[in-house]
Amino acid sequence: MGEAIAFYSLAALILGLGLAVITARSTVYSVLFLVANFLCVAMLYVLLRAEFLAVIQVLVYAGGIVVLYLFVVMLVNLKRGPEDHADPRRRDRLGLAMAGLVFGQLLAVAIYAFWPSQATGGASATAARGIGNVEQVGHALYVEYLVPFEVASVLLLVAMIGAILLAKREL
Amino acid sequence: MTPITPTHYMALAAALFTIGVIGVLWRRNLIVIFMSLELMLNAVNINLVAFSRQHDHVTGQVFALFVIAVAAAEAAIGLGIILAFYRNKETVNVDEIRLMRW
Repeated sequence: MGEAIAFYSLAALILGLGLAVITARSTVYSVLFLVANFLCVAMLYVLLRAEFLAVIQVLVYAGGIVVLYLFVVMLVNLKRGPEDHADPRRRDRLGLAMAGLVFGQLLAVAIYAFWPSQATGGASATAARGIGNVEQVGHALYVEYLVPFEVASVLLLVAMIGAILLAKREL
Repeated sequence: MTPITPTHYMALAAALFTIGVIGVLWRRNLIVIFMSLELMLNAVNINLVAFSRQHDHVTGQVFALFVIAVAAAEAAIGLGIILAFYRNKETVNVDEIRLMRW
């Protein structure tokens, strides 16, 4: 019961804030709605017993990526509105129809995949093996997925160098 | 009230992903398009964590961590490209972005 209330209120918040992100007129408002959206998703992770991921979500997304977005939004001061000029060859309706198609497809998969076993899902036994979520994630990350972990760190290093090169005025 | 099943989480993720798709296809501001991409990545992460919970296995959360790492790299590079483009063209409207070089 409590889980249902938390889920439905968080889902409404996430979807409403997501809509606010893509409909806000000002880009700064968009970024602020995005922070709130990420925080709500972090709460959803807590609901799903993924506490470590929730902390990472707040640290990396709400703390790092969004600050990056804010910096760029404030560096890019546009003299005319970014949406003023529209290409006459744009097909907005077609885009919305395709988005609706994607939604229908994903929803169909979601319902089809779990239709017969509707009752078995959800309240699976909690992982109360005397070992916390952080230990489990850490073990999986540093034992099973050590090589992908190192590759991800190299990827971040390369991205950092690339971003510095791109943002520098003169090489 | 019915218990919350993975189907609920998948429906939420599908709706959030669709919001991201609509943002990418509908908006013309490049920065907002990048934010829509982040929304889609978050939708995928919700799915991964929901499956991780359903199967009582931590691998889904590890995958979500990798998705977050890739999202951070993507945001850094993408915003760098936006800045470089703005410096040359004074615009972030995708309808005016046609050239890869100048």
